[in-house]
Amino acid sequence: MDVIEIIKVSKDSLMSNKVRSFLTMLGVIIGVAAVILLVSIGEGARTYIHRELGNLGTNILIVVPGKTSAKGGFHPPEASTVRKLIYDDALLIKRRAKHVDDAVPLMFGSAKVKYLNQSRDNSIAGSTETYFSIRNLKVDSGRFITGSEVDAKRKVCILGRTVKRDLFGDKNALGALVSIGDSKYRVVGVMEKKGVTLGIDFDDIVFIPTTAAQELFDTDRLFNITIKVKSASELHEATEEVKQILIKRHAGKEDFTVMSQDEMLGVMNKILNIMTAVLAGIAAISLVVGGIGIMNIMLVSVRERTREIGIRKALGAKNSDILLQFLVESMTLSLIGGTGGILFAGTVSFIIPYFIEFLPTQLELWSIVLAFLFSAAVGIFFGVYPARKASLYDPITALRYE
Amino acid sequence: MISLKDIKKSYVLPKVTVEVLKGIDLEVAEKELVAIMGPSGSGKSTLLHIIGCLDRPTSGTYILHDLDVSLKTDNELAEIRNREIGFVFQSFNLLPRFPAWKNIELPLLYSGVLAKERKQRAMEMLRKVGLSHRAEHYPNELSGGEQQRAAIARALINEPAIILADEPTGNLDSRSGREIIDIFRGLNKEGVTIVLVTHEKEIAEQAARIITIRDGVCQDGCY
Ligand SMILES: Nc1ncnc2c1ncn2[C@@H]1O[C@H](COP(=O)(O)OP(=O)(O)O)[C@@H](O)[C@H]1O
Ligand SMILES: [Mg+2]
Repeated sequence: MDVIEIIKVSKDSLMSNKVRSFLTMLGVIIGVAAVILLVSIGEGARTYIHRELGNLGTNILIVVPGKTSAKGGFHPPEASTVRKLIYDDALLIKRRAKHVDDAVPLMFGSAKVKYLNQSRDNSIAGSTETYFSIRNLKVDSGRFITGSEVDAKRKVCILGRTVKRDLFGDKNALGALVSIGDSKYRVVGVMEKKGVTLGIDFDDIVFIPTTAAQELFDTDRLFNITIKVKSASELHEATEEVKQILIKRHAGKEDFTVMSQDEMLGVMNKILNIMTAVLAGIAAISLVVGGIGIMNIMLVSVRERTREIGIRKALGAKNSDILLQFLVESMTLSLIGGTGGILFAGTVSFIIPYFIEFLPTQLELWSIVLAFLFSAAVGIFFGVYPARKASLYDPITALRYE
Repeated sequence: MISLKDIKKSYVLPKVTVEVLKGIDLEVAEKELVAIMGPSGSGKSTLLHIIGCLDRPTSGTYILHDLDVSLKTDNELAEIRNREIGFVFQSFNLLPRFPAWKNIELPLLYSGVLAKERKQRAMEMLRKVGLSHRAEHYPNELSGGEQQRAAIARALINEPAIILADEPTGNLDSRSGREIIDIFRGLNKEGVTIVLVTHEKEIAEQAARIITIRDGVCQDGCY
């Protein structure tokens, strides 16, 4: 039978009940859009994390005190049994490890930062001269800490953009003396705008030499040791090296954790994959519910058109002609719904980043294809029963139907 | 060409079994115009449905064109309805959502004729029944007589050898009724076999032969 004619007839019958057809499609539209959108958000989040981590430098290992497992989640180190990491640990790694370019002893804390009558409680990072290049951070004016300033415990600081603006406004900050805690620090640099990366607002940090930070916070306990490995291929060897060096220093105990950014990525990827799968699965259920809506409406339609079925059969329509007719109709519903869902999801995922800055979306072709095929399958699966029912009507009974 | 032997038809209802046709023997020759009469409920429509391959008898044999219909599959019956038989109903049975010409081309849709030829032939048929000016009208925009003429055009479009009409004038005023009967007579002259159910005596008298059915048995005219 003429397929074009079948499609025309289903178009006519769907158009003759516009609201009903639309509401039926809505179920599929929502289901398909939900699948595509959730996948696109999941993928977007993944790319976001990859990019942000890349932004913060590559080939980086981080040593933190306490034995934790990157696979099992993070536990707070138990202070009594865990030996702290200190400045000399970093120095030793830098000197001994062949695969390591640099090791930065990093301290982190907060203190009152004051200039004239402006003051704010601020995050303070103690680092050495190479931290900026390792972390891809840049100064906008001035310079970063130098090696000799670190060695000499010089009280110099680099201000994040927000800190600078709050304390100095439009005035020049370079060369000025700010008080951090009880001491005066000379501003030698102002950071370039970096924004929030992985939850850390780099514009809101003041950098000082680690040696000065030890004095400021009155401790030699490091926040972590940030290590730059020579190349990506050496990450594994570097990790082993760092472990051996520290275990020896810590009386044979591995009471610290060496994490690579790749490992962290792996963990996050895993979490994201599970989340995406679960959410897309839930969305797929809504697609199935949409399919049930189609079946429901098709059953109504078959009943309403009983007489039409009888007439068509009396004029020579075979069971298969009637079956095809209704199947095409339910598929039209689901495919138009599917296409609508794709367009809707495309629009929304295009718009989302404008409203939610940290939620980049990434339309995935595979999710679009999958959602479309799934909606087609839904149309067939939920259309077969009503269509079969229609095709099996006895012509005389159908003609007598009022 | 139509030969019924001891045709019985009963409907099995939840409580009783209704025997509607109780053994009908009937022959209709090629190019005949036959009228079937009988009181309401006597089984005329049931008989016509069986002749039209819309329904199967409970027992008995029906030979159409030398072929035993009871041996045919449902699909083969659909094909016979499509090509050999044109059915005209009392209530027209046009599809309300389609204009006249679309209704008329329907049988061609199921015999695989392409869209262009379908429309062309539908227009031809409309001309033949004098409805050219109503081609784009929907059934509810047509008078009863016009609707029945459209239905006849639909029955004729596949050039069937047999036209079966079940009280085709039952819903029409007498003038429209006469027009319809004139069309049938014209067709019969062209060589179409026509079986017409009616309970109007004057219409039946236009036929060469009148068959009378009563209580599911043939009372007169069955040979
Ligand atoms: N599908 C059916 N189920 C039960 N009874 C039926 C059915 N079709 C017809 N009948 C009965 O068969 C009898 C004859 O019907 P019908 O052939 O339509 O009569 P007529 O056309 O002569 O008025 C009626 O009593 C009717 O109620
Ligand atoms: Mg009747």
